[in-house]
Amino acid sequence: MATLVKLYSQLEQIKEQYFIRNRIAEEHRKRENQAAVKIQSWFRGCQVRGYLSHLHKNATSIQKIWRGFIARKLFRHRLKAAYFIMKIHFYKKMAVKIQKRWRGYYVRKYIHNYYARKRYLEGLTRKNNQIRRDLEEFAELQRRERERITLEKEEREKNIQAQRLHFLLSTKQCPGVYNSPFKTEPDEMELRLRRVKPRSAPKERKTPKIPPDLFNLTPNRDRLPPIHQKPQGPFRSSLEVQQQRYRPLEPSLRVATSITALEEAREELRRQEWRTRVIDQPFLPFLNASPKKRYEGLMHTSTPFEQVGYGIKHFREEQKEDLQGKKPFKTVFTTCHIFDKFGRLYSNAGNIV
Amino acid sequence: MSQRQVLQVFEQYQKARTQFVQTVADLATRPQNIETLQHAGVMSLLRPLLLDAVPTIQQTAALALGRLANYNDDLAEAVVKGDILPQLVYSLAEQNRFYKKAAAFVLRAVAKHSPELAQAVVDCGALDALVISLEEFDPGVKEAAAWALGYIARHNEQLAQAVVDAGVAPLLVLCIQEPEIALKRVAASSLSDIAKHSPELAHTVVETGAIAHLAQMILNPDSKLKRQVFSALGQIAKHSVDLAEMVVEAEIFPAALASLKDPDEYVRKNVTTLIREITKHSPELAQIIVHVGGVAAVIDYLGESKGNVRLPGIMMLGYVAAHSENLAMAVIVSKGVPQLAICLEEEREDHIKAATAWAFGQIGRHTPEHARAVAVANVFPKLLHLYLNTQNSEDLQVKAKKALKSILQKCTYLPALEPLLYEAPSNILKHVICQFSKVLPHDSKARRLFVTSGGLKKVQEIKAEPGSAIQEYIDAINSCYPEEIVRYYSPGYSEALLERIDNYQPV
Repeated sequence: MATLVKLYSQLEQIKEQYFIRNRIAEEHRKRENQAAVKIQSWFRGCQVRGYLSHLHKNATSIQKIWRGFIARKLFRHRLKAAYFIMKIHFYKKMAVKIQKRWRGYYVRKYIHNYYARKRYLEGLTRKNNQIRRDLEEFAELQRRERERITLEKEEREKNIQAQRLHFLLSTKQCPGVYNSPFKTEPDEMELRLRRVKPRSAPKERKTPKIPPDLFNLTPNRDRLPPIHQKPQGPFRSSLEVQQQRYRPLEPSLRVATSITALEEAREELRRQEWRTRVIDQPFLPFLNASPKKRYEGLMHTSTPFEQVGYGIKHFREEQKEDLQGKKPFKTVFTTCHIFDKFGRLYSNAGNIV
Repeated sequence: MSQRQVLQVFEQYQKARTQFVQTVADLATRPQNIETLQHAGVMSLLRPLLLDAVPTIQQTAALALGRLANYNDDLAEAVVKGDILPQLVYSLAEQNRFYKKAAAFVLRAVAKHSPELAQAVVDCGALDALVISLEEFDPGVKEAAAWALGYIARHNEQLAQAVVDAGVAPLLVLCIQEPEIALKRVAASSLSDIAKHSPELAHTVVETGAIAHLAQMILNPDSKLKRQVFSALGQIAKHSVDLAEMVVEAEIFPAALASLKDPDEYVRKNVTTLIREITKHSPELAQIIVHVGGVAAVIDYLGESKGNVRLPGIMMLGYVAAHSENLAMAVIVSKGVPQLAICLEEEREDHIKAATAWAFGQIGRHTPEHARAVAVANVFPKLLHLYLNTQNSEDLQVKAKKALKSILQKCTYLPALEPLLYEAPSNILKHVICQFSKVLPHDSKARRLFVTSGGLKKVQEIKAEPGSAIQEYIDAINSCYPEEIVRYYSPGYSEALLERIDNYQPV
């Protein structure tokens, strides 16, 4: 109870204190409220910030991991693409190489081969030079041939001239026209005169080969007997006329062969045989062409000339005892009816019906 | 009078006739006598002697008539008008071989002058009689008949067709195979005259197998025969590709090239003509000739010959080069261009120069290589002179211009183009400038040379309308050089500089 009395004594004080404290509190309430609010807000803010930063960290972490994942995926794609492009480049380079070779080959083979053309032109030049050389040689040969022929002709003419003028040959007593005493050497014509034989009387022309039995029938061809006093018509040369008049006899084969031609021919053959046969023993071919092959003799020579032991003595022999009771063979066959109707017509015209 | 005296009168008359006719025949060999004989009326006197009883007089009279008709065409016409031909044709079938020769000679002498006379000969039915004579044994008769037929067929296509229709071609081919050279010559000449008119006639000749026999005779030593053989082959080959191929298949090359060295000028000319006719048809045939060495042989031939006979050789080179650039290169490689340049230099005739210019054009027009080969031979100035010289014929000028233009369009050899800058007229100049404008942008040495040789100066002096092709080329050339140089060389620059001195105030 003491406390209670104390308390009641202090009641006024308490009330006063209460009012003072309230007043003070009231005065400080706003400030203290604001301070409390401030503290609370700051603390709440810290809380929230902490929470936010926690969330941020988590979000960053997730994003970090996600971005890494995506980026690695992208990188793999890019790597693949780069690898692919690298391969494509490589293939393109190889394709260029192939195309380069192919185009060169194709152009050279089908369109225009420079080296082939070069070789062709070189070959052509060589061929041209060869042809030129050959033609030159040929022309040279022809020219020499012609010169030779003209020289020979001149030579022959000079010889004929010398033959005709053989009397101009110089003698010991008197030098000839071509052998002037004032010159050291005799003239070329003089030497020719000495060399050449004088022309003899016109000699017998060689008769063509005719068989001796016709010799007496052909006429003499040496002289051409004169026909007319005046010369012939203007379009026949004497050579032609002579040829025409003395055309050689061209006997047929029958006329030209002598009557004993056959005997002569045989005689000739015999003589030829006697002449040419050097070896008397005729040359025989090899007897045993194939020594392995056995010679099969004829049946006639190899079988003994004896009776055949078949059971009958001769080929056509008949055994009369065996044939006793038997009927002889029918030698006539039954007719076939193919020709029954032959000649038998349906009408009376043939008159066989 | 007694019988003998009567007969003596006849003998005297016969002797007189014989002597008259023989003397006339002898006199007719000399041209100066023929006028006198004509005025004396020899034709009317000879005509009844043709019907004389004595064969010698007939033959001699025919021979005399032949010689007279041979001399000029008035006498030949007189023979035709005098109705002598039917008599001759009739007796051609009947009489002996001397008369046949003389009668064929008369027909030949009449037919050779003009187509109308030849037609008159054909109208008398001479063809059948001549064909019968061709089947005779005697080579002289065959020769005379073949010669007459050749002269008839020579004039124009109808007559040649008439001759062929009479069945002459196989007989002529048989004549060619005979051993007598004169007969071969005449038969070859007649075949040549028949085949030259048209492809159908040439085909007819070829179908009888003439080419093989003609080809065999190429190596015969007789020059006149070779003339005719090559002429015949040339006339056959000229019409079409098939005929030319048939001639080539007869394997006449390379043996025909040996005849290019024959001493006879006409043999060489005919061989070259044959080669020309073969090469002109197709590139394959030209290729065959080139492979066999024909180009080199023809070029040597050009070197050795002079005058009109060069023409077929030049044309052959032109034809070969015209087909393709391979063949043109073959001509160049065989040293054809210097030889053609020599021909252009030496020859005086217009048609040969025209042919040479054309040949140059064909060689040089293919590629720059070819044009260079032609340019190096220093040909351009000559061609230009030919074009500009108004005394030359029209044909020559046109050909020279065409050749020049076609070569210039491919020429990149500048040293040869420079002289043309100074002398050429504007239509040629255009091409020259065009070529310069193509080459100069790429070659610095050429640019330098162009300036130092005065070409740039000349180019500046050229007046051209703006917008024309020449102006474009000149601008292209000017753009290759820095502006100062172009201005330096432009005309009137020295005056402009001097004017600047007038206006300059020294400080």
